[in-house]
Amino acid sequence: MPAVQETIDQVRQIDVDQYKYGFETTIEMDKAPKGLSEDIIRLISEKKNEPEWMLEWRLEAYRRWLTMDEPSWARVRYPKIDFNEIHYYAAPKGTTGPKSLDEVDPELLKVYEKLGIPLKEQEILAGVEKTKIAVDAVFDSVSVVTTFKEELKKAGVIFMSISEAMREHPDLVRKYLGTVVPQSDNFYATLNSAVFTDGSFVYVPKGVRCPMELSTYFRINERNTGQFERTLIIADEGAYVSYLEGCTAPQRDENQLHAAVVELIALDDAEIKYSTVQNWYPGDKHGKGGIYNFVTKRGDCRGKNSKISWTQVETGSAITWKYPSCILRGDGSRGEFYSIAVSNGHQQVDSGTKMIHLGKNTSSRIISKGIAAGVSDNTYRGQVSAHRKAENARNFTQCDSLLIGDKCGAHTVPYIEAKNSTAQFEHEATTSKISEDQLFYCLQRGIPEEQAIALIVNGFVKEVIQELPMEFAVEAQKLIGISLEGSVG
Amino acid sequence: MLEIKNLHARIAEDGTEIIRGLDLTVKAGEVAAIMGPNGSGKSTLSYILSGREDYEVTEGDILYNGESILELDPSERAAKGIFLAFQYPVEIPGVATMQFLKVAMNEQRKYRGEDELTTPEFMRRVKEAAAELKIAPEMLRRPLNVGFSGGEKKRAEILQMALLEPKLCVLDETDSGLDIDALKVVADGVNALRSPDRAVVVITHYQRLLDYIVPDTVHVLYKGQIVKSGDKTLAHELEAKGYADIIEAAA
Repeated sequence: MPAVQETIDQVRQIDVDQYKYGFETTIEMDKAPKGLSEDIIRLISEKKNEPEWMLEWRLEAYRRWLTMDEPSWARVRYPKIDFNEIHYYAAPKGTTGPKSLDEVDPELLKVYEKLGIPLKEQEILAGVEKTKIAVDAVFDSVSVVTTFKEELKKAGVIFMSISEAMREHPDLVRKYLGTVVPQSDNFYATLNSAVFTDGSFVYVPKGVRCPMELSTYFRINERNTGQFERTLIIADEGAYVSYLEGCTAPQRDENQLHAAVVELIALDDAEIKYSTVQNWYPGDKHGKGGIYNFVTKRGDCRGKNSKISWTQVETGSAITWKYPSCILRGDGSRGEFYSIAVSNGHQQVDSGTKMIHLGKNTSSRIISKGIAAGVSDNTYRGQVSAHRKAENARNFTQCDSLLIGDKCGAHTVPYIEAKNSTAQFEHEATTSKISEDQLFYCLQRGIPEEQAIALIVNGFVKEVIQELPMEFAVEAQKLIGISLEGSVG
Repeated sequence: MLEIKNLHARIAEDGTEIIRGLDLTVKAGEVAAIMGPNGSGKSTLSYILSGREDYEVTEGDILYNGESILELDPSERAAKGIFLAFQYPVEIPGVATMQFLKVAMNEQRKYRGEDELTTPEFMRRVKEAAAELKIAPEMLRRPLNVGFSGGEKKRAEILQMALLEPKLCVLDETDSGLDIDALKVVADGVNALRSPDRAVVVITHYQRLLDYIVPDTVHVLYKGQIVKSGDKTLAHELEAKGYADIIEAAA
């Protein structure tokens, strides 16, 4: 209930150009020259003090990437990207790796403060913030700080930047990296494998329930910089972890590329809950600028009775191309995908999921809510498949689209494939408009138009919002309100 | 409280004139019934009073407490105390009735420069009003009007009216779709809100509702004009003889 009020307040506060995270920060940066070559990759690897095998892995990916073509099947349009006009490495000067909070550039801390991200452990411990959340903050190419490391260590949980993990836990990284999203997976994932600069690493040991929410905040600041982060999360047998990522970027006229890879691995009886609140800069009202968000996210339910759940609230980016998926390999494993994708202005979204049923008695559930306003295009693309051995695979899919105004588009593209006759797949899809009647009804009760739309939309997405950790549910509702500002009238 | 002067209005989309020189005055404390055959413009009048964009006023004026409201948008009119109980209340999926009530009440308070209600105070008011209308707490947790029976929808309308405390209440065919028990509950709810500083306009096709909400004045609407006005006996006359005589006399 209070969230709606906050949504409304938030909408009130902002101007016509509604992106409130659009500030730019002047921080001295250490940057690689523009362009991509084996030398640049060597430079990145050297900057990060990586082991030799890692460099080889990157170079292998790079050589593969040179032979690949950009995918063109998604329902998105954009001018060809010149991959030699991008800086593949940018780090705030003096931060070659994560340090304790005291050593972090105060300017950087200010950035995160502006974003409302609690980095200061002492404040949180003193009760300033209500819930304890461990945060890994990634600024352009590097992780600047990870909080609550000590406390997590006591529980045996490893949570650090992936660069750090490569040095401190090379065996774990080597064992799992690229086992869910292989180097050769797709154009952007392969590019990421060659040039990824940082990201988060999580390992939750056998039988451990991670004592707090983990989260990573990504911020792209530097001009013409690509952000290629790589996240790897492993829940060992019987472990549980809930993880959240948030993303913002400054307002810029030119487009910036974000091509991340996220790999999740759940072993026997383990559970991973991964939530995203994505609020990259969407471009201005004429469609200028904004982030190209070309991301590969995949979870592997490797063990029996394991579970992976994706929840995403997508409000930002000029273009979103993203399909968080689950490979249901272990018998009795379960995959879930809950999504809210809001597009306004000139935004283009092509997003959905894949549920690949391989093991026996596997089940999956997909709830997708697309909201299109302005002149945006919003596509749900999903694949559900049962392989020959996937006895009794079950899937339920529900795709609902809501249109605001008459210049936007919503599309649903489901691919369903069952190679085992015992599979049971259900698919439901609806498309509706906020009706004049609904709007007038709210107005007649004294609720002004913008608030009325926020109320109706929040009702529409309620099923998914309920899946988010509580603090983020409030944030998500606010964001949805903000993103739809100016969508009528 | 309400003065409608020589009102002419048409459907914005196709220009069809529906209201053709309507005059009506309703005083504070008065319950006025507007009756008329189908297609006479009854529902249109309720939409025009509440400011629905689908209609255009081409001539005349509507004064509310002496001020023209033609330039006000629907939410401003609502916040100033004009309430419409809908003939067909719409469903708002995913928005709990309770949540809707809170947003509506606080938005109106905000418009009038009043503080938001505290949660305990809000809960107290809702509980009281709901009990009066025999509305179960369970219904308040359900999304507004979604899967409500006809009777539940109308009771939810009256509940909103009770909580928003409007000055001018317009009831559009509130009796339609109600059985006699539900009708009594709704009528009791409306009667409880009668007060010297509040006016009620009851739009209805049948006399039945007026047995329970007894009007001070009755007006017959035909082809967008008030063709006859009288006291409650006029309603009985219509019930006995039908609209034909009056319409003929007016023609």
